[in-house]
Amino acid sequence: MASLALPAFPLDNRRLVGILFLAPALIYILLLVGFPFFLAIAFGFSDVTVGNTSLNFVGLRNFQAVWENDIFRQVFETTIRFTLISQLFILIFANILAIIFTQNFTGKWFARFIVILPWATPVSLAMIGWLWMLDTKYSPIDYLLLQTGFLGRGGILSDDRNLFWLATPSLSQISVIFVQVWRMTPLATVILMAGLSSIPTDILDQAEVDGSRFMRTLLQIKLPMILPIMVIALLFSMITMFGDMTVVYVLTRGGPVDYTRVLGLYSFQVGIEGGNLAQGAAISLFAFPLLLAMAILMLRTASRAEVR
Amino acid sequence: MGVLGWVLTNFWALLFTALVALVGARIAWRLHRYGATRKELSHILRRSPFYILVLVFCSFALAPFLIMFLHTFKTDGDLYRRPQPFVFRQEPTIEHLDALFNNTAYLEFIRNSVGVGIAVVIITLLLSLPAAYALARLTGRWGERAAILMFLVYLVPPTLLFIPLFRIVVLLGLKDSPWSLIVVYPSFTVPFSMWLLQGFFKAVPPELEEAALVDGYNRVEAFLRVVLPLSLPGIISTVVFTFTLTLHEFIYGLVFIADTSQRTLSVGVPTELILGDVYFWQPLLAAALIIAIPVGLAYNLFLDSLVQGFTMGAVKG
Repeated sequence: MASLALPAFPLDNRRLVGILFLAPALIYILLLVGFPFFLAIAFGFSDVTVGNTSLNFVGLRNFQAVWENDIFRQVFETTIRFTLISQLFILIFANILAIIFTQNFTGKWFARFIVILPWATPVSLAMIGWLWMLDTKYSPIDYLLLQTGFLGRGGILSDDRNLFWLATPSLSQISVIFVQVWRMTPLATVILMAGLSSIPTDILDQAEVDGSRFMRTLLQIKLPMILPIMVIALLFSMITMFGDMTVVYVLTRGGPVDYTRVLGLYSFQVGIEGGNLAQGAAISLFAFPLLLAMAILMLRTASRAEVR
Repeated sequence: MGVLGWVLTNFWALLFTALVALVGARIAWRLHRYGATRKELSHILRRSPFYILVLVFCSFALAPFLIMFLHTFKTDGDLYRRPQPFVFRQEPTIEHLDALFNNTAYLEFIRNSVGVGIAVVIITLLLSLPAAYALARLTGRWGERAAILMFLVYLVPPTLLFIPLFRIVVLLGLKDSPWSLIVVYPSFTVPFSMWLLQGFFKAVPPELEEAALVDGYNRVEAFLRVVLPLSLPGIISTVVFTFTLTLHEFIYGLVFIADTSQRTLSVGVPTELILGDVYFWQPLLAAALIIAIPVGLAYNLFLDSLVQGFTMGAVKG
């Protein structure tokens, strides 16, 4: 009997079981995220390529070369511009949608299904749809504009039959930003919905008793109360977008010229397609300080919100 | 083509009729229930901008999917010659769907994705179920810090890690093998599902575990026999979202696997169904739509549970 009772004793120790339960996941993550992360830094300071695997320390040479590269400067700027502009629209639309979907209305389930669809679809597959929507020759959007007189001979936008969405500098950037807004708005909406539905109902009831109308409740109670969650949603989707390369990989491969090349894609093209692993790693590492700053800001907002 | 052909050729008329009929039926029901009073009519009028707003948002979200749906059934002539993207001028056809399943590697992509997804879900559950329970109940302060660390890890984008991971995958001899993805994907699914599961575990009343401990169970048994069965709905939604995360992943799949027969859906469809400059548009669009609909339905079904898990996870317990 004693031999049976003995091994059971450690399993009652809260702390010990806690460590035993947590350890496998922590170790796995450290191995698969921590180790590669430091390897990325090591690569950045080395001359490793796909062909030559020996790691020779070359100091800051890669970072210097990347920083002095005009293409990189443009890529970095484009990435930041895409992220900031699309976040603005995402925040506006997500707020409206979150307010819509925390109301009760007929057909809500179906409407929610449709609105979530862009986020639920694997990005690369949704981009195939957009590739056709923005096609140089067959774009259905161009067709609609042509029928309504915006395009074609004497058209308001252009005399041409097409706008060449993905082939002109400004339109290609607008297209990428639009598509990012299209696919990321549902995620921000879901986060904001969580925030709106966690507002204690007694506060809203009290507001109603006090005669507060819909707009007033919204502007003076709901929006201020979910402000921290809005900041979290914003930073979350900023971080997701900053690290994304799928959209431009499928839509433009960074073209025309470099107008839609973003950091992740550039690091892929230099590091994997070009075989220069060291410089590819150095490129992606330039994103790290920004990502870290956003993450810290996000956590501080979250903890401050909890204190209140 | 029969019924499908008729539906497709009359698509917009049918859609419009259905919408009008639904709205009409709803208004008629309200008028029948509350009486056709002035108050009721003005209520309907005041509500209508709200519904129009919903309709506008839905149209934007749905537009590419509608185009995907219609184009799946278009003949080449209808698609490319003097295109009219919204209507059928030639009899709809299912030959492209047939070609997608029989002449391309689409079914293989589906098989690969499902295989990788199931394996990753199993690894993720084995690692994150106990870890999430530890975070929710067993560890105090340092558990909280570990949870924050996990969250930070989830925010590390694949674009920062794919180059070193590519080297590791090559060194381990896993290049072009689905095992490379099975090993690497838990690096983002485990933090995600730990965060989610933690929320579901916190929602289980602690008194039930205390009672189990009093009854002579140890901590591990209390977890296995009391907490797990009670959190089953949450676990199922975690499984669904973990699986779809693997379905979405693109960068690792693109970098680690170059062999067509081993590629997953998200990489295989946009890279392998396009031959140089030749796009097989109808099969491409169909391939995307066929995946989008079930995943969208799953998301909608489990969305409330996702929101609940995340908000519970964020509340300090």
